[in-house]
Amino acid sequence: MFSYTFHWNQALKALPQMLDGALVTLQVALLSMVIGLALALALTACRLSGNRILGSFATAWVEIARNTPALFQIYMAHFGLGNFGIHLSPYTALLAGIAFNNAGYLAENFRGALKAIPDTQTRAGRSLGMTSVQAFRYIVLPQMLRIAFLPVTNQMVWAILMTSLGVTVGMNTDLAGITQELNARSFRTFEFFAIAAVIYYVIAKAVTLAARALAARMFRY
Amino acid sequence: MIEIQNVRKSFGSLEVLKGIDLTVNKGEVVTVIGGSGSGKSTLLTCINGLEPIDAGRILVDGTEVHAKSTDLNKLRAKVGIVFQQWNAFPHLTVLENVMLAPRKVLGLSKEKAEEIAVKQLTHVGLGEKLSVYPTRMSGGQQQRMAIARALAMSPEYMLFDEVTSALDPQLVGEVLDTLRMLASEGMTMICVTHEMKFAREVSDRVAFFHKGVMAEIAAPEALFGAPKDPELKKFLAATH
Repeated sequence: MFSYTFHWNQALKALPQMLDGALVTLQVALLSMVIGLALALALTACRLSGNRILGSFATAWVEIARNTPALFQIYMAHFGLGNFGIHLSPYTALLAGIAFNNAGYLAENFRGALKAIPDTQTRAGRSLGMTSVQAFRYIVLPQMLRIAFLPVTNQMVWAILMTSLGVTVGMNTDLAGITQELNARSFRTFEFFAIAAVIYYVIAKAVTLAARALAARMFRY
Repeated sequence: MIEIQNVRKSFGSLEVLKGIDLTVNKGEVVTVIGGSGSGKSTLLTCINGLEPIDAGRILVDGTEVHAKSTDLNKLRAKVGIVFQQWNAFPHLTVLENVMLAPRKVLGLSKEKAEEIAVKQLTHVGLGEKLSVYPTRMSGGQQQRMAIARALAMSPEYMLFDEVTSALDPQLVGEVLDTLRMLASEGMTMICVTHEMKFAREVSDRVAFFHKGVMAEIAAPEALFGAPKDPELKKFLAATH
């Protein structure tokens, strides 16, 4: 019944190729986080602006990003926009889809973090003659980023794992894409995906540990 | 000079200031006493424009606080305020807490801001705590830091809103000593307080607020020694 013979050697020979893919995975995840963070800050600013159009726009973004499958978001960036004549490469579509998703989740993290900072902090800043922008920039924002730091780390890990959805839009240079191609050629599914899983695990764990070390250095209060 | 002229202020249907008139001269220390809900704290937040008013006007050195053309941020640099809750900025050290506004609002260089901050912190007895984060300090120390933070803007007027009310009893003294020191240095101050002994010692005049009205104002000897207003008599009897 259990007659499968493992061929680890064959799979391990492909390791350098898979590690190259892992670098692409990390690159997409990092870029999607940088873009996602910038967008999330902009969405947070829209929500705080008091402008109804900007506020509704930001809320719609957050709602869609958080309540629809990430796979669909990436599909939309690739095939959906393609219907309108906007053709994104698999790499760009994957990046755009994950950045969209990141921005929604991160904006919600920021909102929660902002709620944890008492209004009296802003009031204290204003009473010293700061403008509302200065009070936000120098008093609220640094505290918000600290509170949101661990949720942001979680999102980074999630972004790394989400990159594997790229295979569905033809991404073939990242870890999942390369693994999928190796599998298609050899049918050594278990071995290749087991190794890929270990690599994903190591990257995700390394990011978490690095973030913790960074937090210990940055937040000394 | 701070001139408060017939100021009215409501929160919803509740009128908390019912036509207040008060003039505070340069160098004067005026304390405001009264029960909770009498409107005394609201008056302070109106003076530096943190709260709008419904009627009347407030002038600081002739500038109307609530006029549209008034640069409130400029005004606030001149009129410092310290609250019951000290609102230390937890992500900054004590020194950075005090340096922030001089740098960002007054545009001072890092060196100049640091010089001022060190001077003010030393003045309130926190010269040894410069690199400490405020959450590691007692409430009294944090409140003194908040006072130094306001003083670092070189204000001409200081408003103190029940600055000892949230402190443990044994920490009240150190903060009151700081206020006494400022008063003796000639700072123009309006202090809302529940510390009657302190009010009696430092004030040039004491004002008694009751239900949004300034019921009585007089030199401390007269106000505490021979109160006229019946509500003030009741209040003093209850606080002794």
